[in-house]
Amino acid sequence: MTDAPGKVTGIARYADDLAVPGMLYGLILHSPHAHAVIRSIDSSPAEALPGVKAIATGKDAPNPYGILPIGHDERVFALDKARYIGDNVAAVAATSPEIAEQALDLIRVEYELLPAFFDPLEAMKAESNWIHSERAHNIEKEYHHSFGDPDAAFAGCAFVREQRYYAAGVNHAATEPHSTLAIWEPDGRLTVHSSTQVPYYLHRTLSEVLEMPMSQIRVIKAMVGGGFGGKSEVIPLEVAASVLAKKAKRPVKITYTREEVFLAHRGRPITIADLKIGTSREGKIQAVAARVIQDGGAYCGYGPVTVLYSGALLGAIYDIPAVRYDGYRVLTNKPACGAMRGHGTVNVRFAFEALLDELAHDARIDPAEMRRRNLLKAPCITVNGLRVTSYGLPECIEKVVERSGWNQKKGKLPPGRGVGIACSHYVSGAANPIIRSNMPHTTINLKIDRDAAVTVFSGASEIGQGSDTIQIQIVAEVLGVRPERIKLVAADTDLTPIDLGSYSSRVTFMAGNACIAAARKMRDQIFAAVAKRLGCGAEDLDARDDEIFSTRDPKLRMRFDDAVVAAIDFHGALVAQGSYAPPEEARGGKHKGAGVGPSPSYSYSAQVVELSVDRETGRVTVHKITAAHDCGRALNPVNVDGQIIGSVYMGLGQALQEEMVWQDGRQMNASLLEYRIPSTLETPEIESIIVESNDPEGPFGAKEAGEGSLAATIPAVANAIYDAVGVRINSLPITPEKVLEALREKEKRERLGGDGAGKGGSR
Amino acid sequence: MGKELIHLKINGESYEVAVPPSKLLLDVLREDLGLTGSKRGCDDSSCGCCAVLLDGVPVLSCVAIASCVQDAEITTVEGIAPPGTFDPVQEGWMVAGGAQCGFCTPGFLISAKALLDRNPNPSLEEIRIALSSNFCRCTGYMQIYESVKYAIERARAARPSKPAAVGS
Repeated sequence: MTDAPGKVTGIARYADDLAVPGMLYGLILHSPHAHAVIRSIDSSPAEALPGVKAIATGKDAPNPYGILPIGHDERVFALDKARYIGDNVAAVAATSPEIAEQALDLIRVEYELLPAFFDPLEAMKAESNWIHSERAHNIEKEYHHSFGDPDAAFAGCAFVREQRYYAAGVNHAATEPHSTLAIWEPDGRLTVHSSTQVPYYLHRTLSEVLEMPMSQIRVIKAMVGGGFGGKSEVIPLEVAASVLAKKAKRPVKITYTREEVFLAHRGRPITIADLKIGTSREGKIQAVAARVIQDGGAYCGYGPVTVLYSGALLGAIYDIPAVRYDGYRVLTNKPACGAMRGHGTVNVRFAFEALLDELAHDARIDPAEMRRRNLLKAPCITVNGLRVTSYGLPECIEKVVERSGWNQKKGKLPPGRGVGIACSHYVSGAANPIIRSNMPHTTINLKIDRDAAVTVFSGASEIGQGSDTIQIQIVAEVLGVRPERIKLVAADTDLTPIDLGSYSSRVTFMAGNACIAAARKMRDQIFAAVAKRLGCGAEDLDARDDEIFSTRDPKLRMRFDDAVVAAIDFHGALVAQGSYAPPEEARGGKHKGAGVGPSPSYSYSAQVVELSVDRETGRVTVHKITAAHDCGRALNPVNVDGQIIGSVYMGLGQALQEEMVWQDGRQMNASLLEYRIPSTLETPEIESIIVESNDPEGPFGAKEAGEGSLAATIPAVANAIYDAVGVRINSLPITPEKVLEALREKEKRERLGGDGAGKGGSR
Repeated sequence: MGKELIHLKINGESYEVAVPPSKLLLDVLREDLGLTGSKRGCDDSSCGCCAVLLDGVPVLSCVAIASCVQDAEITTVEGIAPPGTFDPVQEGWMVAGGAQCGFCTPGFLISAKALLDRNPNPSLEEIRIALSSNFCRCTGYMQIYESVKYAIERARAARPSKPAAVGS
C-alpha cells in the first residue's frame, strides 16, 4: 500500500493525532434515560467554570439532519426529548479534558421519563408514546414486494421449509474510535478534520446544521482507522465539535471513548427473519418469501436502505422465479443502527443459506450440488430487476469444493466434526445515489506540470481498504508510468472533486473507472504532442515504464519527462478530468424501493467451513475456512486477499461470539473487553481464493472485494455445526449455551424415539 | 492538580516534562511529547494499540503511570528503527499486507519486535500467542502472520553469518 511507510513508523496522522494551537477539548453529555422529555437544561454553573469556553445544547443547532433525505430526524443535541441511553444532550469545550469533564458534571438536566420500547415486536404494537410522533407504531418504514407468482410457485413445490432466524446486534468495532477536530478560522470559515468515510455528506450536513454555505466549510478526511460502515454517515461528534468551534471561535477536538463508539453505534441491527423457501424435487428453488423485522434503534439513519437491501439481495444470487418480501424497519429506544460491512444482506443471507442447507437434506442432494442447480446464467436480469453482468459464483463453488476437500469430508468426518458450505454476494457500489441527482458519483482531476509529476485529485476516502493505492495503480497503468511518479491528493473538499464516499464497496469500481477516464484524456494530450514531435501517428503510440514508444517502429521513443515538456510546450500544466456514473440500464426497476439493490456489477463468494463441536461444553472450534471470491479482476492481489480474509474474519466474529447485550436499553458490554471481537487465538486459518470473472464494465474488469465474503461465513459455520452434531442453531451468535441446549433437546427427542435432526441429517 | 517534573528515556532521547503525578504514559507520549504513533483504541486496556517496549518488554502504555517508568528505556513505534531505516518487522508489514487501516499496526509492531528479539525463529503458534493481546479488525490476522514471517526472513538475511568455527 502506498501509505504503508507512514503507518509502520507511527507518522501517519489519524484525527485524534492532530493538535493545533489554542485547541479546546470537547466532551458530550449523554442522556442517562432511554426515553425522556427534556424539561430544562441549566448550564450556567458549568459556564462559570474557569477554562470553559463554550457549551452547546439543542437550541444552538436545531436543524434536523440524517443521511437519507427521507430521514432527517436527528439533531446534534436532543431538542425535545432523549430517545436512547447515550443520546446527545449537550456538549462543552474547555481548555483541558479535565475541566471539560468537571463542566459536564455541572450541567443540570431535568427529565420527565416516558415509557420506553426495547423490543421491536413490542414497539410495533405501541399505541402511544411513539419514539417519533410522526412514525405510527414506531415503524420507520415498511416495504412489501412481490415478484413472479410466489403463491402459485409454493403450491407446486415438492419441498417447502419455513423457519424463524434471529441475529443479535453487532458493532463495527473499528480499532480507531471516532474523532473530529473542528477549526474555526479567523476569516469565519470552518475546517473540519474527521475520521469519516463520507466527507461529502459531512460537508452537506454541516452546511445545513450550521447554516453556513458549503463554500465556507472545508472537510478533510484524516487517516481513518477502519470504518466498516461505522463512519459512513454523519456521526454526532462531527457536528458537536463544529457547533462548539463556531460558538467558541476556537479549534475544538472531540474523540469518542470506546463506550461512546458503541453509543453512536450505526451497526448491524437485531434482525428477526421469517423465511420460507420452496424447491422442486430436483432441488430447484421455485419461490422465496421473507418477513424481516429490523430493530433500528432510535433514529432513521440508513434504516430504509438496510431493510431494502435485505429484500433486494435475498433472491438475487440464484435463479429464483418468485420472491415475496415484507420488510419492517422498527424504532426502539436504543442507539441507531446503520450500515455495516455487507449492509443489509448478512442476516438474511444467514437465514437463506441455512434453510437451503435444510432443503438440500430434505431432497437428499449434496449442499454444494444444491447450489449448482440454482445458478443464474449471466448476463441476465434477476426477477427483481437487478442486472448481472458477470457471475463467477460457479467457479467459486468449484474452487472451495476442491480446495477444502468437500467431497471427501461432507457427511464423512468423525462425529463432532463437520463441514458446511454457503454462498453470498454484494454490490460494487450502489447504482443510485443516496441523494437523487444527475451528477457523477465520482470525478477525478489530473494535473501534470513540468516536473513530470502526476497529481491525482480524488475525493475518494481511503479507510484502510487500499483505495488510494488502487487509484494510483490505475492511473499509472493507463499513463504507462511508474507509480512512484504519482501523488494522490485525497478527500479534501477544498481541493478534490466530489466523491460520494467509501460505502457499498463502490470505490475501486467507480473511482477506478473515473481514474481510467481521466488518465486516458491525459494520455491523449501527451500522445498527440509526442506523435507530432516523433512524426508518427498518435494511434501507434503506447506507454510503459515511463517511456512512450511507437508500436510500429521501436526506434521512435521518448522519455515520459520529455513527453510532458513537449505536450506542455508553450502553455501551463496539463489537466484532465474523468468521471463515472452507473449506466441507466444498471439502475433497477420502477417499484417503490427499487433504488436500493441495483449496482453496476456484483461480487460473489462461496465458502467451506470445517469445525469441531465439543458435545460436553457446546464449544465450537473452527479449524479452517476456505473462501473463494469473484472480484472481477484482482488489481492488487495482496489487497484483495486482505479484504476477503478480513470479511470472513468479521463474519466469523458475528457467527460465534459478537453480540451487543442489552438490559432495559442499556448496553451491558460497551467495551472491547466484553464485546469480544476475535483475537489471534479465536481466528482459524482462513484461505482466500481469488476468482476472476472480468466484469465488462469494471475498471480493467474489477469489481467488489471488501464486503461480499462476510455473509457466507455465518451460514457456512451454522451448516458445518449441523454436519458435525446434527443440530440447527438459528440464532446468532452461536454460543456454547445455544449449542448445548440444542444438543440436549436433540437427545431428548431421540430418547423419545423421534427423528432428532430432520430428514437425512441425523448422525 | 499539581505537576511534577519527570524524566523519561524514549527512543534513545532524554525528555523532561512536567505532568500531573498520575498521568498515563500514553497521554504523556501523545499530548506532551507529540509521539502520536501509540494509539488509544479502547477504555479498558484490551486492544493493544498503545503497546510500547519498557526495557524490551511490551507493556500497555494506557495503564502505565509515566512517573513510575522513569528508570526504563522506553521504545515507541517511532523508535523501533533509526530514522530513514526500517526494522524487519516494519518491512514485513509494508510488504505482506499486515497494515490495512494501520491503527493497530504500532501495537502489533511492538509485540512482534519483542517476540523476534527474544525468539528469532518462532513457530506459527508462538506468533499467534505473542500477538494475542493485540486486536486487528481489518486483516483477520493471516497477512499479519505473513508479515512476521517476512520479517523473520529479512532479519535472518541481515544477520552477519556466524563464524565457521568457534575455536575456543
